[in-house]
Amino acid sequence: MSIIVNHLTYRYNEGTPMESVAVDDVSFKIEDGEFIGLIGHTGSGKSTLVQHLNGILKPTSGSVYYDGRDVFDGDFDLKVLRSNVGLVFQYPEHQLFETDVFSDVCFGPKNLGLSKKETELRAYKALKLVGIEDDFFYQSPFDLSGGQKRRVAIAGVLAMEPKVLVLDEPTAGLDPKGRDDLLLSLKQVKEETGCTIVLVSHSMEDVALYADRIIVMNHAKIVYDDTPVNVFRHYDKLKEMGLGVPEITSAMYKLRAAGFDVPTDIITVNDAVDAIMKIMRA
Amino acid sequence: MLRDITLGQYYPAESVIHRLDPRVKLFGTLVFLVSLFITDNFIGYALALCFLATAIIVSKVPLSFIMRGLKAIIFLLIFSVLINLFMTRGEVVVSFWKLSITKEGIYVASFMAIRILFLIMGSSIMTLTTTPNNLTDGLEKGLGFLKIFRVPVHEIAMMMSIALRFIPILMEETDKIMKAQMARGADFESKKLTKRVKSLVPLLIPLFVSAFRRANDLATAMEARCYRGGKGRTKMKPLKYKKRDALAYLIIFAYLAGMILVRRFF
Repeated sequence: MSIIVNHLTYRYNEGTPMESVAVDDVSFKIEDGEFIGLIGHTGSGKSTLVQHLNGILKPTSGSVYYDGRDVFDGDFDLKVLRSNVGLVFQYPEHQLFETDVFSDVCFGPKNLGLSKKETELRAYKALKLVGIEDDFFYQSPFDLSGGQKRRVAIAGVLAMEPKVLVLDEPTAGLDPKGRDDLLLSLKQVKEETGCTIVLVSHSMEDVALYADRIIVMNHAKIVYDDTPVNVFRHYDKLKEMGLGVPEITSAMYKLRAAGFDVPTDIITVNDAVDAIMKIMRA
Repeated sequence: MLRDITLGQYYPAESVIHRLDPRVKLFGTLVFLVSLFITDNFIGYALALCFLATAIIVSKVPLSFIMRGLKAIIFLLIFSVLINLFMTRGEVVVSFWKLSITKEGIYVASFMAIRILFLIMGSSIMTLTTTPNNLTDGLEKGLGFLKIFRVPVHEIAMMMSIALRFIPILMEETDKIMKAQMARGADFESKKLTKRVKSLVPLLIPLFVSAFRRANDLATAMEARCYRGGKGRTKMKPLKYKKRDALAYLIIFAYLAGMILVRRFF
């Protein structure tokens, strides 16, 4: 069920003076079960890129293959693709519309033509996965807090049980706790459903802990596509792009610059503690 | 999908028309629209075409861009042409089944088609070459004399500029919500009418919610900056007539006179 993006280019407002290239000749492959962090500065083209993954945007040139088939072929059923590749947009809480939380989450699976029972079962499971308690099920989605609204909106996509879940800046505008909770639930979703996750973000901290592969975009192009540790080796280049590395990696670089013999390929606080303890004992 | 609507959009370019005072452009557009209704023959339209074509060429807006805006009214156009074509009584040219096309019908239908086309193109030229802010500034100043009659000109202009400013924002928002619901399997292109109308609910409700949220935010932001209406408010770039504006007025009046003459003598 891999997704292959092949030499994809997308231009906005083609043929007008406002024309601009959002994605420029990008190629990569998403394998089953990966947790990919797609990182880039605001305006680097990452949001535009992910909208191609479920066929919402059609590339100006290049192609997207799902399961070996070109998704922009005339006879490819985009509805099937959209049920397999779930896309959670930026500020997904803005798409809520139903009178109560539960019906809103039912919207997706209902559109798939599932039975009422199956629809409700999926909605229930999805809401549980993102940690929404039963008490909220019959409240108006507009009465919830920001973080809860976002969870409900994500559940709305999860309820379609996609094989690939793409989230565009799911943590934007959340407080630190809301952010950590959300990222943790995403990890749980991945563990429980085994789906592939593509997490779009401009924050290194967000993806460093969970992603096992990081794709860095800058000025509409892919600059790095590697494991987190390898990507963070490009400390200076990342800083130039305005992205930087996780705080803790940055701290290790500073320690090293100050003459301490610590490794710089560290991305979690625990590893950092171990490394520092090691040189302190030595 | 929504990007096709060019009515009310601004097309950035460097041209005399772009630099004209918005009051001149508003007046010119008004004169042009009125002139289309003054005319009762094709010679008048030929003159109108000259005026419009000159304006388009001088404005440096590509014709294809203006034409794209006509897509939105294609149904209105076809509808009015068909009605006029078949419903006008007179000398029959062709007839089949219960329908017949008359000589007068062809005349009236083409007349109406040209009128609608010119109306839309004429007003597009104004909006394409004037930024919304400029446009409302022009309106506010141009209609300032109405203040004597206690018409809240400033408030109306402010409402208009806010409305115009929000068109692209809400358009973008619609596009975004539409995509988001499509990602959840919503079908906006269903052939069945009932289904299609129903499919609008997941689009309209979030759109209304966001419009109200934005209105609320904007009101707060305006109050935070001590907005108290038009009284005593000064402008950073006050409108001032220049030589080219006088010249433009001259051309507009000459055109209007021409149109009236054409009606009198042909």
